[in-house]
Amino acid sequence: MKKTYKMTELDCANCAAKMEDKIKKLEGVNSVSVNFATAKITIDASDEGFDAVIEQAKAICRKIHRSTEIVTD
Amino acid sequence: MTKSQKKELLSIIIGAILLAAAVIVTKTVLKGPTWAVLLIFLVPYLWLGYKVLFDAVHGLVSGSFMDENFLMSVASIGALCIGEHTEAVLVMLLYCIGEFLEELAIGRSRSSIAALTDIRPDRANLEKNGEIIETDCENVHIGDIILVRAGERIPLDGIVIEGSSGLNTSALTGESLPRDVTVGDEVLSGCINISGTLRIKTVKEACDSTASRILELIEGASANKSKSEGFITKFAKWYTPAVIVIVILLAVIPPLFFNQSWSDWVYNALNILVISCPCALVISVPLTFFGGIGAASRKGILVKGSNYLETLSKCSTMVFDKTGTLTKGTFKIKRINAVGVSEEELLTLTAACERFSTHPLAHSILAYCGNRELPELSGNEELAGLGVRGTIDGHVICCGNIRLMEKIGVDCEECCEAGTAVYTSCDGKYIGYILIADEIKEDAAEGISRLQDKQSVRSVMLSGDRKLIAEETAEKLGISEVHYELLPEDKVKYMEDILADRSKNPVVAYVGDGINDAPVLARADVGIAMGGLGSDAAIEAADIVIMDDSIRKLPLAVGIAKQTVKIANENIAFALAVKFAVFILAAFGMSKMWMAILADVGVCLIAVLNSLRAMNSVNK
Repeated sequence: MKKTYKMTELDCANCAAKMEDKIKKLEGVNSVSVNFATAKITIDASDEGFDAVIEQAKAICRKIHRSTEIVTD
Repeated sequence: MTKSQKKELLSIIIGAILLAAAVIVTKTVLKGPTWAVLLIFLVPYLWLGYKVLFDAVHGLVSGSFMDENFLMSVASIGALCIGEHTEAVLVMLLYCIGEFLEELAIGRSRSSIAALTDIRPDRANLEKNGEIIETDCENVHIGDIILVRAGERIPLDGIVIEGSSGLNTSALTGESLPRDVTVGDEVLSGCINISGTLRIKTVKEACDSTASRILELIEGASANKSKSEGFITKFAKWYTPAVIVIVILLAVIPPLFFNQSWSDWVYNALNILVISCPCALVISVPLTFFGGIGAASRKGILVKGSNYLETLSKCSTMVFDKTGTLTKGTFKIKRINAVGVSEEELLTLTAACERFSTHPLAHSILAYCGNRELPELSGNEELAGLGVRGTIDGHVICCGNIRLMEKIGVDCEECCEAGTAVYTSCDGKYIGYILIADEIKEDAAEGISRLQDKQSVRSVMLSGDRKLIAEETAEKLGISEVHYELLPEDKVKYMEDILADRSKNPVVAYVGDGINDAPVLARADVGIAMGGLGSDAAIEAADIVIMDDSIRKLPLAVGIAKQTVKIANENIAFALAVKFAVFILAAFGMSKMWMAILADVGVCLIAVLNSLRAMNSVNK
């Protein structure tokens, strides 16, 4: 499954690159791209465990930049 | 400005007032001990900087330290420790102002980009059980009926089943001239319905519709990073650690080995820490490239990655496919040369004779005749590879190529113009020929000459056609290098020859229709497909897709690419130059900390604002 989400307060491009790097290494993730210019993240991961991947991705983003959230709804 | 931004501005102003108060109080009323002064300055310092300090600690704990917050915290705490109270608070104040302005500028860039790429509506008017309900596009499925009122954007690809209107296709093609549609026509999502109401039966799901696919391409474009972007990422990785090492050496060596004052050199080292933030680069360069991609998409030019934009900017040679790219790929009557009969007679006789022929040339002749009444044809016969023979009003008519005329022993003059001639004889007597040729696109010559003059791109033409046709087309377009009578596999070989000659052709682009020349497209440094609107194959095969058929878009695309790369380079050069200058000043103890901060946030701000120009580059 491939989904695109908006991100809040993504105001450091370096962080965006770090998030991309870390999320890419998660189990079940095929590809991920964080677009700094549009503040959007596209995650392509296997269907089972997709929600878990999103949760982990959210945690990674928060860890790298405290106020960056992936908006899922 | 949003609510939270207004709050931030207010907090910055309060911080500035608190700092001013602290300076006045300590200079006039209270000239007390150091700890008392420190305490007074801590008020504005913490007011402005608590968030930065908190983020720095958060970064340290989660292992991703050495970010901006960390640098600023260390610098300002260091300044407090060596008694530079005002400087410490100034660092925080200027940093907050800088961050605030940066956020505004990034927000502006993002909304401009969003406006550029806003081609897909989220809602559709779905017709269900005779009622119209507004719903999310995801809830509309293939075969549903949707209603698009005047002024609305078409949300999903479909076929018009009721109504007629003009469509503004500029979001897809960059062409502002409206296209008329009526019942039975296919319409693509992303177009704006200008006048009437349309009832549309959808033929694609929302996610497969044209607007979605284009949007996905543009937004995904940043995944293909340009060299400058790659450089920045690598740069940032080594940069911060290197800075830390230099800072520590600078703080420690002069006092230890050269008997200098500790506080002076710690201060100088802190200055370097402050200016070392690479933010101007890491933020502005991706924004610049994306701005360029957005600007191009506005003009109907889809760029599938920053790297392709970068390659295109250096393009030295453009190789064109002829048929369907430089020419329209449709055959039209160019000239009627009648001998002994009127042109009208020749045309009607030929058309009548060719009426049942399946040859493409026959279609062109018949299309030219339109609804004209044609004489009755009896006993027609196809002569494979030669032409047709038939009887009209008792006369035997033969139409076909020159070999047919030779075969039936008819004397005729051979046509030596570019194109294909259909010769006709009546009862064994030659009555003339009709010349049919592919048409050159109206704007092709202009596009080629602009490529040459404005962007200094050399053009080369490859064609599967005969020498005469290829050379005439090339001459009309002002293309000096032309290769003809090529089979598809020859085109790949020629492409490789052109690519091999790197001194003459450093960067080669190939322009084709993307349908039968995918291997050549893939082989070129950058592959450009023309007429991608609605053609999945072209969008798939190429790096850059020109949505409509216009050759004029090519010099425009090169122009946008050059402008974008120029702006990115400006930003990199400007940021590095200023930083390096302040770095040198700081290393020799000639810089104040506020200068360093200004150099950092100021440069970043200017770079972000400069990147906005990439978006507007098409308007020039």
